[in-house]
Amino acid sequence: MFEKMNFSFVKHFKIFLIVSAVLIVTGVVGLVTLPFGLNLFNMDVDFLGGVTMTYDLGEAADTAAVESIAKDVLGDNFSSVITSGSTGTQVTVKSRFVDVDVRDALFHAIAEQFTGASVVSSSSVSSSVSADLRNSTIIAALVAVFCMLIYIGIRFDFRSGLAAVVALCHDILVMLSAYIIFQIPFNVNFIAAALTILGYSINATIVVFDRVRENERANKNAEFADVMDLSIRQTMTRSINTTITTLLTITMVLILGVTSIRNFCWPLFIGVLAGCYSSVCISGNVWVKLRKKKAVE
Amino acid sequence: MKKSIFTYVIVVALIALLAFTAVFGLDLGFTEIPSLEDGVTLGLDLVGGSEITYQAAVPAGTSSSDLSEGMGSAITMLRQRLDSLGYTEATVTKQGDDQIVVDIPAETNPEEAASKIGATAVVEFRTSDYDEAAGTGMSMGGTAIDSARAEYSAIDQTGAQAWHVVLELTSEGQKQFAEITKYAANMASGENVVGIYLDDVEISSPQVSSEYASNGINSDSAIITLGSGTDSEYATYLADIISAGQLPFTLENVKMESVGASLGERSLSSSLMAGAIGVLLVMLFMIVFYRLPGLIASVSLALYTALFAVVISVAHLNLSLPGIAGIILTIGMAVDANVVIFERIREEIRKGKTIRASIDAGYKNAMSAIVDSNVTTLIAAIVLWKLGTGTTVGFAMTLFTGVVLSMIIMLFASRILMKSLVGVKAVNPALYGVKTQKEGE
Repeated sequence: MFEKMNFSFVKHFKIFLIVSAVLIVTGVVGLVTLPFGLNLFNMDVDFLGGVTMTYDLGEAADTAAVESIAKDVLGDNFSSVITSGSTGTQVTVKSRFVDVDVRDALFHAIAEQFTGASVVSSSSVSSSVSADLRNSTIIAALVAVFCMLIYIGIRFDFRSGLAAVVALCHDILVMLSAYIIFQIPFNVNFIAAALTILGYSINATIVVFDRVRENERANKNAEFADVMDLSIRQTMTRSINTTITTLLTITMVLILGVTSIRNFCWPLFIGVLAGCYSSVCISGNVWVKLRKKKAVE
Repeated sequence: MKKSIFTYVIVVALIALLAFTAVFGLDLGFTEIPSLEDGVTLGLDLVGGSEITYQAAVPAGTSSSDLSEGMGSAITMLRQRLDSLGYTEATVTKQGDDQIVVDIPAETNPEEAASKIGATAVVEFRTSDYDEAAGTGMSMGGTAIDSARAEYSAIDQTGAQAWHVVLELTSEGQKQFAEITKYAANMASGENVVGIYLDDVEISSPQVSSEYASNGINSDSAIITLGSGTDSEYATYLADIISAGQLPFTLENVKMESVGASLGERSLSSSLMAGAIGVLLVMLFMIVFYRLPGLIASVSLALYTALFAVVISVAHLNLSLPGIAGIILTIGMAVDANVVIFERIREEIRKGKTIRASIDAGYKNAMSAIVDSNVTTLIAAIVLWKLGTGTTVGFAMTLFTGVVLSMIIMLFASRILMKSLVGVKAVNPALYGVKTQKEGE
């Protein structure tokens, strides 16, 4: 469908670079400033350690009353109270990590004033465990990316693997931007979302690269940039259709799901879009650039 | 032509059979395939409940064998305590070397439960007439015991061997134990026991024979015989229970996740509904866009969904939110394989090849892209499965299963169905969503 289109993706790389820069800048700033104590993310307890407790009070939520109870019970560990959920009767209390007895005491203190109160959800993570979790998952993800890089290196060439990983990092950074801009709770589910996009993005890139490999074999004398443009156009319908079908399932979950699942699918939605964009506009171009560099040497 | 129709009948029957199995389970005589509901354990984020992680605060210098022995005792203790609190559906699993994860489904007040479960175990030895309020009888705390272990060896002069529990007593414990056994040995037959209690629940009540009536059992070790029929499991269990009172470490509640049951219920039914509608929309899209092949993709997708449901019930997979993400991804990838193939087939048709030749060429040309993208995903899934922790593993397992199954279906079922199309004389390009080329175009 797009095969006869006249647009060159390789010649417009600069425009794509600018678009990407805009998309990822928030994520990059968020990551870079993190070690300096500036936290732009809406961090959940999983990564930092701490306690998040959501109660249904059974009546219109009075955050001021809950705050004074929480300050009483939690003391210096208390950090915030906000209303949550869609019914207007739920509050979420956040604090630093406290013992289970203290958490139980807080619920009892709240239940004393709000007799219909019940626990909706509660999670608490000590900071040592959250650090372990974070580190082990980051290591697992890095090893996974490295192994994929080797496989792509063997099946295509090493530079194409590198290009695929560049696209992958791009997509993850776009997702991070979304987490910051929409203040999506940043918790352990980010890992699952990031891994999903990792799989999706590599998949999308490989379909394009596979076509490049085939076209190059069939047409040995052609300019690599032209082969790339042709391959991108040939796989364009596939790129769009696959994105549409994947987004159909995710969108349904976004519409029908409960808050926690929606919080999880929103970044997936953005990541899939980013994956489609990067496989068409970024990864192929990076491969072209990496090849040119080699040719000049 | 007959053969082609036969193929379709078989595939549709297969889907029906798999779907039936997924919903109701299937008894094959030699083995039973569980239904989706019985086979799959749903994560707490989907059904509600609490997951409590305890970390052993191990003192420096603890040997690894002491640690693993202590962990065994701690797990038995937690299990016992959960049962006595009425959480019979709860599961207790060891994670890594020094963590224990307790899962309690549908718990309304998780903080209270965690606080009860995590309290230090109290082991006590009591005589049969012990009553703290009335001040009768005798009791002895678990601290009198230095260690307890299960052993299989000779238990009397005859040399008969059996499983039993060996108690090593502290020097203070030796005196207490002599007194309490002396007291028990002087009671009437049937009441001459020293009961072993964990958190006020009687675990076992071994007898003290009358030969100890004058001095009690005065030794730095004692054995509890359990009868010749006792297996190692019970002896180990009893030894663990007795040890629980003096775990070499305390258990710290380092992590807890709990989701209210009502929230869990809603999240499961809404996810299933969303998934079903999503899959139907994907089928609709494929049919509108790719016509006849789209229909085949939809049939393959139905086959995939049904097969996936049966496989995860047989494998007893643990499904939570990230697992569902894995499923969404694999559905996306399964459809993607179809899209890649159909695009190639269309290209071949446009080049003017016959439908039969186009289908063959389409599959052949698309194969390398499908294999490479799936293998790359498999590599990621395997690494994350082996190295990941917690929910990442669930994600990796569903991803792995899904990719393998969808490859099988794409390479066999959907291919056979596509080739059969030619058999039923479906050779008009329009059926494949390709406009017939007009002259001069």
